[in-house]
Amino acid sequence: MTLEQELAAAPSAKLAVQRVSKTFRTGRGSVHALERVTLNVNEGEFVCLVGPSGCGKTTLLNIIAGLEAPDEGVVLTDGEPIRGPGRDRMMMLQQTALFPWLDVYDNVMFGLKLKPGLSAAERREVADYYLRLVGLERFVHAYIHELSGGMKQRVELARALAPNPRVLLMDEPFAALDALTREQLYGDLQRIWGERRKTIVFVTHNVREAACLGDRVILFSPHPGRIREEFKIPLPRPRDINSVGLAEHATEIMRALKGHMRTTEVQE
Amino acid sequence: MKRILTALVFFAALVAAWQIVCLEKVWSPVLVPPPKAVALFLWDNTFNPWHRDLGGAVTPNPNQWQLFLAISITLKRLLAGYVIGLAVGLPMGLVTARFRVVHDTVGVLALGLQGLPSVCWVPLALLWFGQTEGAMLFVVVMGTLWSVVLATEAGVRNVNPIYIRAARTMGSRWLHIWLKVVMPASLPFIVSGMKQGWAFAWRSLMAAEIFVTILTGFGLGQVLHYGRELNAMDQVIGIMVVIVLIGLLADKVLFSPWERFLHRRWGTG
Repeated sequence: MTLEQELAAAPSAKLAVQRVSKTFRTGRGSVHALERVTLNVNEGEFVCLVGPSGCGKTTLLNIIAGLEAPDEGVVLTDGEPIRGPGRDRMMMLQQTALFPWLDVYDNVMFGLKLKPGLSAAERREVADYYLRLVGLERFVHAYIHELSGGMKQRVELARALAPNPRVLLMDEPFAALDALTREQLYGDLQRIWGERRKTIVFVTHNVREAACLGDRVILFSPHPGRIREEFKIPLPRPRDINSVGLAEHATEIMRALKGHMRTTEVQE
Repeated sequence: MKRILTALVFFAALVAAWQIVCLEKVWSPVLVPPPKAVALFLWDNTFNPWHRDLGGAVTPNPNQWQLFLAISITLKRLLAGYVIGLAVGLPMGLVTARFRVVHDTVGVLALGLQGLPSVCWVPLALLWFGQTEGAMLFVVVMGTLWSVVLATEAGVRNVNPIYIRAARTMGSRWLHIWLKVVMPASLPFIVSGMKQGWAFAWRSLMAAEIFVTILTGFGLGQVLHYGRELNAMDQVIGIMVVIVLIGLLADKVLFSPWERFLHRRWGTG
């Protein structure tokens, strides 16, 4: 048994990405977004995917979300292949996808109303709980355009958490925020992740952010998108993004990232 | 309050200027009647109950309520045509946005016909339907329909795809997505399409009423037309004022609430 097979067969893997390839055909040719990517994520693990733009991280996230199908390979959740989007895997993007025609509360309720087996009172209770969890209990009936960027992402987080998914897929959710708001959200996300024990796959191109949040940081390189290296971040939580220990890990990852970019350039 | 006052002062100044032009006899009073003549025409055709002839004898005013009758006839035609235009145009716009083959066929047709001034439908309507209410209705529907189709289609096509992705991950499927995401997301476009449709319906109906003389009821356009035939400038201008007022009122009553709603939710101007 190869190491790869052994990892794929590991029983605790919540998500198993197995030899996934994806190519996009555009007007100017084709983009090899992912090539034989294999990745396992354990239950309750926080995994960060890092790499320069065009390395297929977002594509991988979309495939795990079930919004796109891989050309080759398969993604399993709890051993079952993914056939489409499901509320066990919720997605959160950099750009707000909140619905402007609904207020904060109804945005959070949108997914809850689609979840079977809940009474109206239970739905309200769940929505209230998550809005409190992200600290927005005072803005329940605000409209989306009235919120700041950070508040919008908090609503997104509450909306993604409300149907109680086991996996949270986050695509650069904090990239458009100012540094101060972002630091607050790092704290909040770690706290919520700790309380709710979610499995999180977090895409970013910010190495420091990845080192701050992830149990593991997976380094991607582009053309074609491949996994290059993997870093374990054994620091205790909650982590402060400005701590020296964290900076050491970030520097190490950054050095590796630069090295890979150089080799890809040489290859091209 | 201050804004209302500003508007009032502006319109009072306009009427004053009009009055001055008449007093200075710049143009013949047959061509430019004074404001008072127009006001008298409006009064005589609305609330005035009696006529006093030169001998001082008082007789009932045959013109009383005539203007309201014309307005109600016109509005009935307008509403019928507009509602049909919306009822057909909205679903047609949705289908046009959804299916490429419909977009490439009906969409192009809609684009072409929307560019056709609605008065161009009048000759065809007259030949097909004769001098009937049907001709009138046809012209109004043709005037409304295509702009509603195009606005709805534009609305649906402009829905941010990430809304649909978000809805799908939350477990929303096609009918639910259309009803709960695509329709509300395209509301700003649909409302502006409805507004444009209303404006086109109004224009088409006036064109139709001026050109199509029918005995089943005299609408505003027809009264306007007869004002011209009788050289009654007070009537022509009076009816034009009424048409403008109805347009303003419709905007305030029908569309302002929607626009306030959109403004509150979307935060747009």
